[in-house]
Amino acid sequence: MSSNDNKWIGESTIRPDGADKVTGRATFAADSTMPGMIWGKVLRSPHAHAVIKSVDTSKAEAFPGVKAVITSSDIVDFPIDTPFPLGIQDMRWMCRNVMARDKVLFHGHPVAAVAAMTEAIAAEACKLIEIDYEVLPHAIEIDDALADDAPILHDWMEFEGKPSNIAGVLEHTKGDVASGFAEADVIIERKFTTRPVHQGYIEPHACLVSVAADNKTTIWSSSQGQFMVRAMTALLTGLSQSDIRAIPAEIGGGFGGKTIVYLEPLATALSKKSGRPVKMAMTREEVMRASGPTSGSKSVVKIGCKKDGTITAAEGTYWLQAGGLPGAPVRGAVGCALAPYDIPNGHTLGYDVVCNRSKVAAYRAPGAPIGSFGVECVLDELAEELGLDPLDLRLKNAAKEGTEAVHGPVYPVMGYVESLESAKAHDHYNAPLGANQGRGVASGFWFNAGGESSAQVNITEDGNVVVTTGHPDIGGSRAGIANICAELLGIDYKRVSVLIGDTATIGFSNLTGGSRVLFASSMVVTESTGKVIRTLCELAAKIWDIDPDAVDWEDGAARPAGANAGQFEPLTLAELAARANETGGPIGAGAQVNTTGAEGGFGTHICDVEVDPELGIARVIRYTVLQDVGRAVHPAYVEGQMQGGAAQAIGWALNEEYLYDKDGKVDNPGFLDYRMPVASDLPMLDTHIIEIPNPKHPQGVRGVGEVPLVPGLSAVRNAVYNAIGVRFNDLPLSPPRILDGLNVPEAAE
Amino acid sequence: MTDIQYLAPTTLDEAIRAYAAADGTGHILAGGTDLLVQTQAGMVQPGLIVDIKNITDVTGIERAADGGFIVGAAVAGAALEKHTDFATAWPGVLEGLNLIGSTQIQGRASLGGNLCNGSPAADSVPALVAAGAILSVQGPDGRREIAVEDVPAGPGKTNLKPGEIAVSFAFPPRTKGASDAYLRMIPRTEMDIAVVGCGVNLTIEGGVCTAARVGLGAVAPTVLLVEKAANALIDSKLDDDAITAAAAACSAACNPIDDKRGTVEYRTRVAGVLLKRVVGIAAERAQA
Repeated sequence: MSSNDNKWIGESTIRPDGADKVTGRATFAADSTMPGMIWGKVLRSPHAHAVIKSVDTSKAEAFPGVKAVITSSDIVDFPIDTPFPLGIQDMRWMCRNVMARDKVLFHGHPVAAVAAMTEAIAAEACKLIEIDYEVLPHAIEIDDALADDAPILHDWMEFEGKPSNIAGVLEHTKGDVASGFAEADVIIERKFTTRPVHQGYIEPHACLVSVAADNKTTIWSSSQGQFMVRAMTALLTGLSQSDIRAIPAEIGGGFGGKTIVYLEPLATALSKKSGRPVKMAMTREEVMRASGPTSGSKSVVKIGCKKDGTITAAEGTYWLQAGGLPGAPVRGAVGCALAPYDIPNGHTLGYDVVCNRSKVAAYRAPGAPIGSFGVECVLDELAEELGLDPLDLRLKNAAKEGTEAVHGPVYPVMGYVESLESAKAHDHYNAPLGANQGRGVASGFWFNAGGESSAQVNITEDGNVVVTTGHPDIGGSRAGIANICAELLGIDYKRVSVLIGDTATIGFSNLTGGSRVLFASSMVVTESTGKVIRTLCELAAKIWDIDPDAVDWEDGAARPAGANAGQFEPLTLAELAARANETGGPIGAGAQVNTTGAEGGFGTHICDVEVDPELGIARVIRYTVLQDVGRAVHPAYVEGQMQGGAAQAIGWALNEEYLYDKDGKVDNPGFLDYRMPVASDLPMLDTHIIEIPNPKHPQGVRGVGEVPLVPGLSAVRNAVYNAIGVRFNDLPLSPPRILDGLNVPEAAE
Repeated sequence: MTDIQYLAPTTLDEAIRAYAAADGTGHILAGGTDLLVQTQAGMVQPGLIVDIKNITDVTGIERAADGGFIVGAAVAGAALEKHTDFATAWPGVLEGLNLIGSTQIQGRASLGGNLCNGSPAADSVPALVAAGAILSVQGPDGRREIAVEDVPAGPGKTNLKPGEIAVSFAFPPRTKGASDAYLRMIPRTEMDIAVVGCGVNLTIEGGVCTAARVGLGAVAPTVLLVEKAANALIDSKLDDDAITAAAAACSAACNPIDDKRGTVEYRTRVAGVLLKRVVGIAAERAQA
């Protein structure tokens, strides 16, 4: 689609959720109430690792005001020996994550829940539940979990024939790495670590659930997928999916962390037992202790180059913390690590390591920043060793159309090279630096995703448009869809109202995740709108008594075409809608598709930092994100995604980390000491949008939201090196670490 | 799940009577920026909350007969910031107070609350100590004065007696050539707790430092008055040797803990770095 002819695609139109959000009218999960509603509260494990020997809820049940108490016996068990995948999750782990069964696996792991007349009564009753624990030694860090004498979290878990905390392994191989390294003139191998970090969504998990006497169940909750909520809750409570109506609330951030359930099945079980609607909301502390961050990691990365910079071989081995149950994002780490490069011989290998932390959840390009970090740091060092500009080294080896990636696919047309060339030509890359300042660059890749989406496009009787899709909007999908639908119909975007349906009012739609939503939902909206336009042309043809094929749709009206051109006055959308009943009935169409063709996305970041050499503080002073977005349907939202990803990367690189005390308990379960960047920590994050349309999408859309987190960790780290000459291979680059590094410069080598 | 009684008296006597009668379950609410957070977190369970914001003794800003300032213990940061005479005389005290929390918090947070919360990392306290401010407290046994550095007794504890309420701070009169400054080290740029905080109050006459006080926060169980650092500055021209000696005295005075906010080693080093920087700012202001 040619961008120049567009009226709405490519415009930063006013976002449809804006007025509600700035005036406080938007309804988030914790805003729902019902008559007769009571409150649920979770009792959580005080131990990082323990066997549950017995649970006695009798005192809590007898406590005045308590209406229901549940334990693991109220949640459906999925036996360990029978895999039960649901999307990227497995219900064996989900059932044990929402409620510990025989063991608690992390401090904060749910062990029971109470519903009572007030939150305070529920909290008090939780204290009356008597649990007999046999406390076990715990393993928090990867090295603790991999040690010979490590406490084994699961007696059924074995690796290479021995009891182990390694839950699984994934690898990609291309060519022959040994011969590739033999051809190299320079080889650099380094070890890296990254810390577990939380998505930091501002809205804690919350839900309201009402189970009627006939099991008809309504769930209001904040999630990245109402259909995921329905499916998981049905499976975990034994209800059928047709009995559950899951209604998505406005979502206050997700970043992947709301692609699984925590509270919904508990509230459903409590509501079923008590006969009352039950509301549950996590505190920030509960979010930090018991919801899923992304993995901490350790890795070894080795890359070999010819003197001219041509990479001959690359190898990365990764260990990712899964938390108490399997499921670290190993695929993202080993798949994305080398994806930006055309590498003849490559090998990546990743281990999924369980440990006594909360089970990880998806976080924006899950695993990819971890995979990319070591690679982009080693490339920076190789460029210096070879006397090459770091962007030139990347350009020399950049993947392009036809490149076979180490993780398998052969790339179609895409704009990675353009991101590097744009970076090189950007005035940021060529601006002078002051004292204690440094500049770093890095690139990154994310797979993106297609999958199931449904849409319904209806024309109202007054000639306006209501579009319903099935995805919670966390990245601007409603605004993007309004632009696309208005463009196709040739009407003002304000006449298109985009809504998010619940599980009873729209067809199955997969999660909001994988940077898939605008890609997939605009495909079904385009198909639905096409059907509507065909109907409109048929109605006009009937009125004019000509052949429907002789009618064109242009600028919001049906126009006679061909031999009939100019014979009749055009009929507008409003005119046709007003005459719908006499000409054929309601106007509307839907589409339900398992979409394909979501191609990967690439980006390059430039970061400037200034380091205070006496305090060890690194501040980002300039930052530019350059990315191929396919087609920027709503540029302001696209920029917001690019900036948001970079901001999260900067936090991950500089200050964010979970701190544990000696008992295996999170010591910083709040925003005060879990230091995400605040607005004043960041400069304006500049964006440079590159548009190489995705040939497999009607509007050329590529996923945008996840790529911009990937390069940021190493861009910041490489900038710190450039500023002070110390290569840090362990994150975060907190002030004490930088100060230590400055005082022992040799330590970096 | 005990009920909380809330009182908002208009006189100090009324407040003290109720507070003393609460038998240890009472909590004073000035801005509430600590109390409400601690209550919500379950760290304290107040039986009685005495809101002192309606008492004029604790909410006013006045000039004393000697020309010094009397600042009510519950005066909010935003209110003190607007008082241009105070801001001119005690810019360091003000910057310590104004660093606490966000703009919204500044509408409530007060010097008295920050001091009586007893945190070793309290941002306004090192500058109050450096200023030589005197706290006036009133309790069942009447009124008494305590130097600010003598108020903290340890993390979360003060030397106020049961039933005593912080009423106001007395700041000494300002002479020409005197000013103060406060800096803290935080990993972020705002909305954070000091890893180290340093307040310096200086008088410079004819290029010579004739008086100095140094307050250091977050490096010991209480905010410290570092007399050795001050002595290194007094009678010097604030030359490199004097400042280096004062910085070393600050580092030597540190008795910090390793915790999630900073290591012993880091805090000790940074204390000296901050001292140097704060002296520079205070000296520039004093000679402006």
